[in-house]
Amino acid sequence: MTTNIADQDQTERLLKQIHEAMARRTPLRIRGGDSKRHLGRPVDADELDTRDHTGVVRYDPTELVITVRAGTRLQDLNNLLRANDQHLPPEAPDYSGVATVGGMVAAAVAGPRRPWAGSVRDFVLGCRVISAQGKHLRFGGEVMKNVAGYDFSRLLAGSHGCLGVITEVSLKVLPLPRASQSLCLDVDADSALRLLAQWKRENLPISGACHWDNRLHIRLEGGRASVEAACARLNATPISDQVWEDLREHRLPFFQTPRTLWRLSVPATTALADFPGDVLLDWGGAQRWVKSDAPAREIRRIAAALRGHATCYTPGVDDNPFEPLPPEILRLHQRLKAQLDPARLFNPGRMYAEI
Amino acid sequence: MSYRYIESVDGALPDVDKESVLLKLRQHVPQLRVLHTEEEMRPYECDGLSAYRVTPMLVVLPETVEQVRQILQFASQFQVPVVTRGAGTGLSGGAMPLEKGILLVMTRFNQILSVDPVACLARVQPGVRNLAISEAAAPYGLYYAPDPSSQIACSIGGNVAENAGGVHCLKYGLTLHNILQIKVLTIDGDELELGSEAFDFPGFDLLALFTGSEGLLGVITEVTVRLLPKPGYTKVLLASFDSVEKAGATVANIIGAGIIPAGLEMMDNLAIRAAEDFIQAGYPVDAQAILLCELDGDEPDVEEDMACVEKILNESGAVEIRIARNEAERQQFWAGRKNAFPAVGRISPDYYCMDGTIPRHALPHVLTRIQELSEEYQLRVANVFHAGDGNLHPLILFDANTPGELERAEAIGARILELCVEVGGTISGEHGVGREKINQMCTQFNSDELQLFHALKAAWDPDNLLNPGKNIPTLNRCAEFGAMHVHAGQLPHPELERF
Repeated sequence: MTTNIADQDQTERLLKQIHEAMARRTPLRIRGGDSKRHLGRPVDADELDTRDHTGVVRYDPTELVITVRAGTRLQDLNNLLRANDQHLPPEAPDYSGVATVGGMVAAAVAGPRRPWAGSVRDFVLGCRVISAQGKHLRFGGEVMKNVAGYDFSRLLAGSHGCLGVITEVSLKVLPLPRASQSLCLDVDADSALRLLAQWKRENLPISGACHWDNRLHIRLEGGRASVEAACARLNATPISDQVWEDLREHRLPFFQTPRTLWRLSVPATTALADFPGDVLLDWGGAQRWVKSDAPAREIRRIAAALRGHATCYTPGVDDNPFEPLPPEILRLHQRLKAQLDPARLFNPGRMYAEI
Repeated sequence: MSYRYIESVDGALPDVDKESVLLKLRQHVPQLRVLHTEEEMRPYECDGLSAYRVTPMLVVLPETVEQVRQILQFASQFQVPVVTRGAGTGLSGGAMPLEKGILLVMTRFNQILSVDPVACLARVQPGVRNLAISEAAAPYGLYYAPDPSSQIACSIGGNVAENAGGVHCLKYGLTLHNILQIKVLTIDGDELELGSEAFDFPGFDLLALFTGSEGLLGVITEVTVRLLPKPGYTKVLLASFDSVEKAGATVANIIGAGIIPAGLEMMDNLAIRAAEDFIQAGYPVDAQAILLCELDGDEPDVEEDMACVEKILNESGAVEIRIARNEAERQQFWAGRKNAFPAVGRISPDYYCMDGTIPRHALPHVLTRIQELSEEYQLRVANVFHAGDGNLHPLILFDANTPGELERAEAIGARILELCVEVGGTISGEHGVGREKINQMCTQFNSDELQLFHALKAAWDPDNLLNPGKNIPTLNRCAEFGAMHVHAGQLPHPELERF
């Protein structure tokens, strides 16, 4: 295995800075590439920078597992995997190459393939983490099946650094699909959802489905024969794969307009709602990007009516960009934070003011 | 070791008087079915780890979520430990009762609440059997993917509590990857919804934390599972090898070629012979190892991959390759594997099933070491292996009626689990820690890591009333029993070497 990823173990430096912060009782704002600073509440604290803690700890393609240090850039990881005909199926955004693997796991933001391939959390097998007690700990492992103890490494996925500093991650990886073809079809949003439901029943090898401006974009992935058969069945216009990257990285013109960007996550089969703004459907309808200046409570009301939740992606608009939690769930979050990080050392208030 | 709860190392349990608990519980939860005599409670003395039996203080069989809530509030108020039990098929003693505890049996929650063929999900009560979900989904061409070998009997609540696996995990994932939402009751009686019918939900991933938590964090009252369309085409082949190493290398070659089989199973010679004696699946009894490789998906893709697998098998030195020509033959190929445990049960009065997971490259080394340990402890070991995902099930053959054999079986089992940890694996791939592997947790995790686990538990159940003594050992237990395993080469019972 050859890689240009620098082998730099910065554990000692990270531990030292954390121990100092513990002694001074001053909180830390954990950062990798800071590519997701627009997501969540601002944290006013000293920075703990993980970007130089890089390197591939272990990678044997036949084990379908890679272990990397948290500061490794996601783009470098993806390049290494691609060179071995493998990939990380949730295709998390790499924000023009800035995002780190630690940040990907901490934020657990996934790309267009998520509904068909699984979430970032689904591919986490284990991690090393520095606790708020300043200990470097190991959970999970490098094997597919592991039920010893609580699944703390998957709890860390999406915890936005509030429970510990991820230093190393083991991820399940899979072979690249043999064949891939993207297509587009001019239909309105209602027809798009109806077609997607029909194709789901037919078990077509779909791995991406998004819709905006009366155009449905589909990606087919799988064996050569099944992709060819599905192409023939759909009778749509072949297009370049670029659309998925532009969607994942929010580079489409839809995302460039000045209005507030909201993300709604809803069951895929829920009907379209009347939104006070523009809508881009992703994930076959389960992830709905909304550009709207309507008040937060209005957007959240619509999300709740669709049995989903809303996240504000534009900083500075809503003091609580993440969907407020039901009181009994919030209490549990507070108790978990109090048990694991009683001094509120790591990313205080990043997800919710109370944790 | 004895799996009995030892208060001096596992933590003191509240002293409560059985008669007064019974009396107060009946007042607190009217209409509740309570079993309290020795005879009534005997069927509940153990779960699938049947060598160890404990009579619980009381057994309760609630029928409504409200009753479960009242039981938990009662337990919290009067400080009585609660052990939750589903179908009782677990292999690690996760539902082993406590003499000072109430056994909460969830089997009466056996209703499939809804099957939604459009959204591809089913909402079920926790006592519903795993296979019953697939049966209910079958008319829509759908199924529930995780298939633990006990799927006829095991319940979905227990599957979630243990994060159960099966033979199709490499491609389709564990229980966690196939559930969307659960409803749980905390020890305070709060009902929480964890997860969502959407693909994600706000806040911490409490669904991931709860899945596999072995009844220590709360009681599951409802599960929403994801259903998948049945694969259009399935094909299976059986390949024989004259050495285990060659079979192991072949597994790496298949996966290295970019193929993800739906199932990829390996059996060693002792397991092959036992299975063949029992079920006459047509297995080659002279082979040192066989591989069963199942592919599913669209027909042309499966055929393409199958041709590729055949080529790899030939290049990797397979002695014989047989492809099932029809569904009956496919079922026959699988019958030997699926009956491997009872088959081994026929050639030995007792057997003890281990559940370590290892990186695949370590397989030859681990199998060689298991053979050496087998000779050292004078007990036969048959190996059945979920080769695709590295989950090894060594079956230790012994006779509990021969003095000392059970202890030797436990000792070799402990050594095998420690070996799995040594090579970068884990003590449990899918059966859970329960009571059985509680000491080996001290090998896999250090005291700081265990303390973090205890902190997670304290956030949910500060009085430690839910399934105490399971899953996570106390630091006292590790000091008392765990240390003897840490230094390799030190036998727990040196006197046994005389055998």
